[in-house]
Amino acid sequence: MRSILFCFLFLANSLSSIPQETFPLNGAENSVSPIYTFINATLHTDPSNVMENATFSIHKDRIQNIESAVNPGSVVIDLKGKHVYPSFIDLYSAYGMPTAQSKERSNGPQYESLKHGAFGWNEALNPERNAGVLFKHDTKKAKVYRAQGFGTVLTHYNDGIHRGLGALVALGSNENRNLVSKEASAHLSFRKGKSRQSYPNSLMGVTALIRQSYLDAEWYEGRNGLEPTDLTLEAWLASQSLPQIFETTEMLDILRADRIGDEFHIQYIMKGNGDEYQRLDEIKATGSSLIIPVNYPKPFDVSDSFLTNTIEIDELKHWELAPYNPYFLADKEISFSFTSHGLKDQSDFLTNVRKAVRYGLSEEKALEALTITPARQLEMSDELGVIASGFSANFIITDKNIFHEKSVILENWVQGEKFNVNNSPELALEGDYNLSYDNKLYRIRLKKDGKAIILKEREIDAHDSLGMKVTFKQTKPFVNFNYSLKNEEGIYRLSGSDIRNGKILEGRGNYPDGKEFEWIAVKQIATASILKKIELPKDSSELASPYDLLIYPFKAYGRADTLEAETILIKDATIWTCGSIGKLDRGQILFTDGKIAAVGKEIKLEEILGKKWEEEPIKILDGFGMHVTPGIIDEHSHIAISRGVNEGSQASTAEVRIGDSVNSEDVNIYRQLAGGVTTSQLLHGSANPIGGQSALIKLRWGETPENLKFKDAPGFIKFALGENVKQSNWGDNYNVRFPQSRMGVEQVYYDHFHRAKEYKSKWLAYELERSLLTKKQLKRGEVIGSPRIDLELEALAEILDSERFVTCHSYMQHEINMLMHVADSMGFTLNTFTHILEGYKLADKMKAHGAGASSFSDWWAYKYEVKDAIPFNGALLWEQGITVAYNSDDAEMARRLNHEAAKAVKYGGVPEEEALKFVTLNPAKLLHIDDKVGSLAFGKDADFVIWNNHPLSVYAKPLSTYIDGKCYFSLEKDIERRAYIAEERNRIIQLMALEGISEGSQMPGKKRSQHYHCNTITNELH
Amino acid sequence: MNYTKNMRGLIFLLVIIVSAASGYGQTPTPGEKQEKSILYINATVHIGDGTKFIEGAVGFDNGLISYVGTTTKVRRNLYEEVIDVEGMHIYPGFIAPNSTLGLQEIGSVRATRDQREVGDINPHIRSLTAFQTESDITTTVRTNGILIAQITPRGSFVGGQSSVVHFDGWNWEDALIRESDGVHVYWPRMYERDHTGKSLSLKERGLYKKRVESLEEYLDQAKAYQNRANEEDVDLRLQAFSKLLKNEVNLYVHAQTAKQMTAAISLKRKYNIEKMLIVGGRESHLITNLLKENNVGVMVGRLHDLPWNDYDDLDLPYKLPKILQDAGVKWCFENAGDMEQMNSRNLPFYAGTAIAYGLEYEQAVAGLTLNTAEMIGVSTKYGSLQVGKSATLIISKGDALDMMTNNIISAFIDGRSLELTNRQIGLYKKFKKKYSN
Repeated sequence: MRSILFCFLFLANSLSSIPQETFPLNGAENSVSPIYTFINATLHTDPSNVMENATFSIHKDRIQNIESAVNPGSVVIDLKGKHVYPSFIDLYSAYGMPTAQSKERSNGPQYESLKHGAFGWNEALNPERNAGVLFKHDTKKAKVYRAQGFGTVLTHYNDGIHRGLGALVALGSNENRNLVSKEASAHLSFRKGKSRQSYPNSLMGVTALIRQSYLDAEWYEGRNGLEPTDLTLEAWLASQSLPQIFETTEMLDILRADRIGDEFHIQYIMKGNGDEYQRLDEIKATGSSLIIPVNYPKPFDVSDSFLTNTIEIDELKHWELAPYNPYFLADKEISFSFTSHGLKDQSDFLTNVRKAVRYGLSEEKALEALTITPARQLEMSDELGVIASGFSANFIITDKNIFHEKSVILENWVQGEKFNVNNSPELALEGDYNLSYDNKLYRIRLKKDGKAIILKEREIDAHDSLGMKVTFKQTKPFVNFNYSLKNEEGIYRLSGSDIRNGKILEGRGNYPDGKEFEWIAVKQIATASILKKIELPKDSSELASPYDLLIYPFKAYGRADTLEAETILIKDATIWTCGSIGKLDRGQILFTDGKIAAVGKEIKLEEILGKKWEEEPIKILDGFGMHVTPGIIDEHSHIAISRGVNEGSQASTAEVRIGDSVNSEDVNIYRQLAGGVTTSQLLHGSANPIGGQSALIKLRWGETPENLKFKDAPGFIKFALGENVKQSNWGDNYNVRFPQSRMGVEQVYYDHFHRAKEYKSKWLAYELERSLLTKKQLKRGEVIGSPRIDLELEALAEILDSERFVTCHSYMQHEINMLMHVADSMGFTLNTFTHILEGYKLADKMKAHGAGASSFSDWWAYKYEVKDAIPFNGALLWEQGITVAYNSDDAEMARRLNHEAAKAVKYGGVPEEEALKFVTLNPAKLLHIDDKVGSLAFGKDADFVIWNNHPLSVYAKPLSTYIDGKCYFSLEKDIERRAYIAEERNRIIQLMALEGISEGSQMPGKKRSQHYHCNTITNELH
Repeated sequence: MNYTKNMRGLIFLLVIIVSAASGYGQTPTPGEKQEKSILYINATVHIGDGTKFIEGAVGFDNGLISYVGTTTKVRRNLYEEVIDVEGMHIYPGFIAPNSTLGLQEIGSVRATRDQREVGDINPHIRSLTAFQTESDITTTVRTNGILIAQITPRGSFVGGQSSVVHFDGWNWEDALIRESDGVHVYWPRMYERDHTGKSLSLKERGLYKKRVESLEEYLDQAKAYQNRANEEDVDLRLQAFSKLLKNEVNLYVHAQTAKQMTAAISLKRKYNIEKMLIVGGRESHLITNLLKENNVGVMVGRLHDLPWNDYDDLDLPYKLPKILQDAGVKWCFENAGDMEQMNSRNLPFYAGTAIAYGLEYEQAVAGLTLNTAEMIGVSTKYGSLQVGKSATLIISKGDALDMMTNNIISAFIDGRSLELTNRQIGLYKKFKKKYSN
């Protein structure tokens, strides 16, 4: 019976939709497809054009024409007073897709792909997946979409790094007609998804995998079928002609994805996260168009002041600024479309778009983001997004301007098929009524959410309702409510209707004893009585400009100021140059244009500065009692890295680059500036013998990842030995990856370097062969297929060519010795041994090999291989003429590396000036940047710290820290920022407390930022 | 310098040579009973109670301090050995509370880990008998001036009882200063992430209430247990808890947030527990009045730490002692956390940093000595340089709170002179020799 009913409904429903031509028919054919003509409409043909009293007609699934005479044979629909818009397009969805299933969890790690067939090696790459094939019409969800004004949705299987092709589907009722395009887009992301394969498990690993895949696909294509069929690469290649949509999880990802795109000449469309305003200019510079959600956070529950203390300033500010995000983007002329993806409740979509309009986004821009921009992004703007003849008949009919708060979508037409969304405008029933019957008078308050409370007249106090349980139901135009009264048993049941447009409700009711009565409830016009609602200050009018609320980075201690390189002379300070002139007791130092202009006993300003001397303001600082040192350089740091410090999933991951995941928004940058650090090497972790490539940054707090990077610094790569690489402390399940012993570690190196040598010769041979091609051959178009570019071997080849340097995590002498033998036999030098806690046992051998040391001052006893670590290590190595640095490997310790240097004085008696070099000049030497930083000498970068005390003393703290002559930290500025934070916190918490009452709130609960160490293994990619 | 002193030096040297030769240095031999009275003169003497003597002198005999004062007033002829340490500093031996020294040697080697027992309610667990006097780590801590520690069991909720020991003994019996000074409760977290949604919102943790209720249940039972009819009915847990209720021992509540601490204080009031201390107390600056009113002291968690919240003042961990000091809350330094055993040797430098961030020098010394001794209940004999107290003290060539100048040249526990060497010094000498050839 049900199925018959269903069939009937189906047929009835599809009267206006058109059956597929190839399909058999059950029953008589509706042979006539009527023309519908809509008259008297306020027709928004596109975001910038409105036609009043417009007439347009549709036939089948197309718009026929606009502003024509009414065809007498058509069904005429009068839309007087109503608005018509092109229906909306949502480009980010998993609508109609099967749910991504987690694979069964096995105990051990999974190193190989479990996908069977002629596919590539990594399970997270699925370019062959076709959403069009997977798509199943979903009646319920389609209805939800349509209710928000959508007519078309781009859907894809939301899992993995390459997710395959997206399908553009219409939201009509006939699933056989809904697939508009099965190859509409290709989808990528930085998230591994459900794949349990070990590689990749970091953001940089994902980036490397994507990069290598582009190269592999290109190479595979060039091989013209000589290679075994690889369905993954073939599908990858085939998908390249489509719009490429890249899902990001934070605004920095947009910059990251764009860098990949730039390498391969691809402009991705970025699926954003609503936080793009935090790096507007940089996102604009990528030239990307965006797909953005409207998922503004709810205010936090700030009723518990202790818990409120856990809310970060950026969380507070994001709550305030998220609704401005579309405004900001539009203002910067960044093209974007809206998606309903990411909303907890999809039916909030329109409400939130309207909120964006209230927060400054123009209606025109909002409409663009809903219609023509997504159509353009999909390269479908000749068919979708506007109401024009020949376009798909996708439009919505509303009772008012769609951006009006109370506007209602009446109908949503999808490919010429009509769907009723709301029969009539929602009756604004909520409000207070005087309910009377049988000479009794109550005040009832009907609430928006379908709840009601009853208050006795003249005892009107929201907190003192009669304590009755009220149920309230509304099925327009009918209202029902039941309640019981205090001191009375039984339930009153009232039914009625609103037939006078929400002003008067009337009907019949039953007393608890069943007796009937008639009742009437008259709406009370809200007055500023006791019922006064708390009014929020109007958000936009309060502020001069929302731009004033932005700080960079968008984190605690972010800055709003622009920094200039200062011309500054410091007089009478103790200057620790860490260079050839040693320590000057009452010296002078001059910085200008971001460089050191002079340092010495006395500086003649006019001689050095020339014209500048007169033209520019010079800051002269009396440095009496102060100490000036070069900025501290941390050779081994793991701050400012997003989503994983260890790829570590394979014995070698030389292809991954920390530079791909630098996180400029890490507050530890600022904290370390406050400790005098100006340059940090961000190293890959130590989970595998051959780790990833390092990034060298200057701590230019507030700048973007690319601007943090140290210009023209040579490349480094992390190696590691010992317990971490043989997974000694990873638990009992990790016992299959090669190597599991120090014996195996040695062979990993030999194997990889032999392969790198072969790789080099293969390329040499190729280059030679190519250079021998005669002009004739070239003219004929003869080419020689190039070898495959292998990013892992490229990096290793660079080591062999001394174009990339090694920093090797190491503890015990025998393995250090082993690695030096490997390097010697392969013809390269190990630049730095980091940690190197047993370095003191073979300082002579290190010296002979030419390796430097970057160590901890006093760490030991945390694992077996550090049982012989001694705090005298640094001193002993230094005495043997090794370049010694002390590093942090720890976000906390990096705040006081000068104190760690002081321990070289304590343990082993290194002279003070030499000890200071452990954290300044020596790491600069190890990093091959000592021509630019590390000491205070003419021409070097103006990276320096002014201290209140002897810099090695525990009582020393930086008064200010400069990079490139710009003051990135000073105690005075820090005090200002603290005050700003306190004010902003208080201001926004007050707003939240008010708004939370009316809008509902969420519990606080930030994710504490990750602090990475060498051995931090995480998987933050799901 | 007299003969004895030289002799001692010679033995010291011999030990180093022997240990260097074997490659595996023995832990130093415990000191011998003080036989001669000793007087140090012309030092800056840091008493430990917030005061000091410039050009001061400290004399001790038979293991007890017999003089503390100025050099000018001391009667030198009363002492068999008078040592001029001009420009140097004398401090009471530093105390490391909430320590797991001697309970764990190598963090990643399970066989060497003895600081934690299974089970949630372990008030009967005692750290003392697991304290290894032969630890190679302890001797590296001693050389930086730390001579006393409160050896503390870790745990998931009620961890057990700590004991106070010094670092000069053949075995734990020798090392003992105060047995079972208190029960350690690791106050449970109150919130957990709500994993039902995508958000990271916190929700009240179900286990929290359960845990606190179970503790109260035990305390109620312990009350009854004290008056049980048959003395032969022994319940180890209730026995341990009843000591707490009788105020014979301290209650140490390891807690970080203001809410946790507030909840713990309400438990203290409910059961009339006299001596309760907070260990950690990251947010204690938010509730200084509450702490003071309830006479609850704070062992300030590792000072060299990052601020918990991004927006916190950068120096919040550094200035916490100063805030507590100014508010009149009793406090001391402790250093639990990552690599806490080996890191104990940096405890004096926490004091240095606290000074850099506003704390007065002698108050910082008190946070390493007398404050701590008072909090763990050993101040009648230890914690300050006072006539009649134990001669447990250190002499540092420079300021011992500054890593650049900390250089402990002599140390005494109950008047016994310590061999200031360790396995690391042994390795240092050994390899120094390698390169001198």
